Amino acid sequence: MSVHTRPQDTFAAHPLVSSNGTAVRFTHVARHFGAVKAVDGLDLEIRAGEFFSMLGPSGSGKTTCLRLIAGFEQPDAGEISIFDEPVAGIPPYRRAVNTVFQDYALFPHLNILDNVTYGLRIRGMGRAEREKLGREALALVKLIGFDTRRPPQLSGGQRQRVALARALVNRPKVLLLDEPLGALDLKLREEMQVELKALQRSLGLTFIFVTHDQGEALSMSDRVAVFNAGHIVQVGTPEEVYERPQTRFVAEFVGGSNVLEPAVSARFGGPERLISLRPEAIAVRSSGVASEIGRLHASGTCIEVQYQGAMRRVIADCAGVRLCALVNAAEVRDLNPGERISLSWLPAAMHAMEDGR
Amino acid sequence: MTSAVLDLPLPRESLSRRLSDALFKYRGLLLTLLLVPPLLWLGIVYVGSLIALLLQSFFSIDEFSGTIVREFTLKTYAELLHPANLDVILRTVVMAAAVTAASAILAFPIAYYAARYARGQMKAAFYLAIMMPLWSSYLVKVYAWKLLLAKEGAVAWAADQIGATPAIDSILSAPLIGGPSLSVSYFGQFLVFIYLWLPFMILPIQAALERVPGSLIEASADLGAAPNQTFRTVILPLALPGVVAGSIFTFSLTLGDYILPQIIGPSTLLLGQAVYMLQGTAGNIPLAAAFAVVPISVMALYLLIAKRMGAFDAF
Repeated sequence: MSVHTRPQDTFAAHPLVSSNGTAVRFTHVARHFGAVKAVDGLDLEIRAGEFFSMLGPSGSGKTTCLRLIAGFEQPDAGEISIFDEPVAGIPPYRRAVNTVFQDYALFPHLNILDNVTYGLRIRGMGRAEREKLGREALALVKLIGFDTRRPPQLSGGQRQRVALARALVNRPKVLLLDEPLGALDLKLREEMQVELKALQRSLGLTFIFVTHDQGEALSMSDRVAVFNAGHIVQVGTPEEVYERPQTRFVAEFVGGSNVLEPAVSARFGGPERLISLRPEAIAVRSSGVASEIGRLHASGTCIEVQYQGAMRRVIADCAGVRLCALVNAAEVRDLNPGERISLSWLPAAMHAMEDGR
Repeated sequence: MTSAVLDLPLPRESLSRRLSDALFKYRGLLLTLLLVPPLLWLGIVYVGSLIALLLQSFFSIDEFSGTIVREFTLKTYAELLHPANLDVILRTVVMAAAVTAASAILAFPIAYYAARYARGQMKAAFYLAIMMPLWSSYLVKVYAWKLLLAKEGAVAWAADQIGATPAIDSILSAPLIGGPSLSVSYFGQFLVFIYLWLPFMILPIQAALERVPGSLIEASADLGAAPNQTFRTVILPLALPGVVAGSIFTFSLTLGDYILPQIIGPSTLLLGQAVYMLQGTAGNIPLAAAFAVVPISVMALYLLIAKRMGAFDAF
């Protein structure tokens, strides 16, 4: 793919590089803060040109991973390489990666154009040339006519775009994004998700995106790594991670799946394994409606019907097992808490997992 | 579970509650009550007397009778330009500038450490170490330094022990700053001024650095700036308001001091001493007032330049 050649060109002078298109590689990387193992023996390969998300709850080690790539942290053990170059001991200012910070970290004493061209100025580029590139970068993020404003005069969404332009103008080999959409309201966040993805696709740049929002990770990424307690518990495409979670943690964290213990699964007619059952795979009927052939059934009591726009989230108690179903509003129009209901799903919807982290 | 509302009685109507009601309703009233006493103090007692003093500088003194002629004249200001007076002004401004520059250079690393690295107990120890010299009497400190810097004093003794006497001798034999001993030289005066005013430089710089988020420094490094470049282009510009605030203290305190130069340093006058002598022994209030205008103008000019240079742009 032509879009992948640019970063590798720069390293063409190194004959030993096994040019396999790996942007970032972690080999047994550990980073401890006192007794806290922020990153604990991590192996990871991020391919050149992909939109890669690190997804996990706060304190799971995803931001530490990003900081290790940027060079703000040094690993206690293991090795990190960026485009097959080991980066141990290389300070952040010598790394060909740029970061979009969570709080944007715009320089308050510089105007917008000076913020964006800061990296070019540091590298000694002349004013005329760097301002031309800076304006191009601002146009890329659709921010025109703000050159002489100062960061405090901009809205959160605009500041986010400035931070993005300031990183992209340096043509990094890898762009690191540390929860960049966290502070935006829902509508802006959804807009930026679309724009970020389009930008990544058109630039062919490797994006590493840290987030705790599974919706964000699933909608934008080529691949997602799910983090928990300093480990990566699963890496895969959004489909793989969502539909075939490997562990209880992934099933619950990504999309809030119903996790059934082996005994419970067997009682419902499934295999005697730890099972993930997606809420949207469950259909809800009033008790007494004829059961459909080929589906597994559980009868229970409706505890709660939550309004979710076009959908309703039905929480049911099936003989001590709590199941959550996400169904079309039309299907449960008259359902009230306390009523007896029948829940059903296809056997194939029961996805068996390992009982690990 | 019951949903009954707790049937608590309302608090008793009292004078203070009614007063609170009134203050809550009329927000401006509270503000007025809070601001009137300090404004009276600052406006009339402080600024008023300052203006009264400055107006004196436009009067002159009758050279024969020694009485003040209450007529508007610029004659007194012309007297400032007399070589002896100009010498006092120049000497004081240079001393104040040197003390300010040296304090800023000494204070910055200390303030930087305190703002960015010191945590918990280290931070408490830092504040204690900075503030403690301010708890003791100014005079005691100055006299202590006179003894330390004297010819047979502790500094000379310590220099002798480590073989640094030639270094001190070379400073003392230098023109202008030197003298028979440190305690009667401009260099000694300079050292003691720094000692006295350093806390006033450290604290504002530390406060300014405290407000610089760590992510800005990381962002600068991320964008390719080596630590020295980050210092020049990010940390220093953002700390500048603190440096300016600190230098207002060190500069104006040095310009106005009249006790330290009496005790330490050569017998020539600094500005503060000149004002002191003119309004006391000499009874020349107009010239004393004209001298007092000098530090005010110098500070105004300094702040104007600082503002032009963008020292306050980030806030």
